[in-house]
Amino acid sequence: MSSRRRRITDGEINELITKLQSLLPEPRRRNTNRASASKLLKETCSYIKSLHREVEDLSDRLSDIIETMDGDSPQVEIIRSLLN
Amino acid sequence: MNRKNPLPNSNPNSPNSSMQALHFLQALARIARAAPKPAHSARTRQIRHAAYASMAHSSRSSRRTWSRALLHRLRQWQQQRPGRLLTVRRRVRIVTPITSRPEEPARAETLRQLVPGGRGMEYCNLLEETADYVQCLRAQVQLMQTLLDAFSS
Repeated sequence: MSSRRRRITDGEINELITKLQSLLPEPRRRNTNRASASKLLKETCSYIKSLHREVEDLSDRLSDIIETMDGDSPQVEIIRSLLN
Repeated sequence: MNRKNPLPNSNPNSPNSSMQALHFLQALARIARAAPKPAHSARTRQIRHAAYASMAHSSRSSRRTWSRALLHRLRQWQQQRPGRLLTVRRRVRIVTPITSRPEEPARAETLRQLVPGGRGMEYCNLLEETADYVQCLRAQVQLMQTLLDAFSS
């Protein structure tokens, strides 16, 4: 990685923070000052962690379902039809 | 359940999500066909692995730092086969970590740990990558939920 660091404007940071804000489950209209930026990052961290947990949980449940699948079950048909 | 459009976000305007879904479905089909059937925990791990791989392979994200870092991590996981007596885990640092700058909010450090490859990113890039990563994660969760609903009905 190069050692030069581009001077990042506050405007760019704010823009990205707003974008992140819109991705979170409950978007709020707030001024993007330092304090709420920190709060937003905290919410983003929690959100990412909860999404990771959901992936884990859904993988587990999909594994359950697949266990009961054989070559003729309807689930296999669903997969086949979706892939065509 | 709408049979005509079973995949989430599969409208023509978001080819990224369709690629992600397709990749995951193909992986899932492979896992389902595997014989002899693996243990439940092994299959769960395979599915989770496929989920993250699909995210990393979606067309929008393949240019992203997080997706390259994620693929690297997945390859390391894959090389750890259970049953080996001695598994030597070598942590390969492919980027030089950037210590948080004083003007960054304190939470940026946690975020760096959560987003794949986050440790090596500039703060500005970190936010951008985070937004992209969250979108892919969300799409993946929606996809898996939709599949579960389809299979359960």
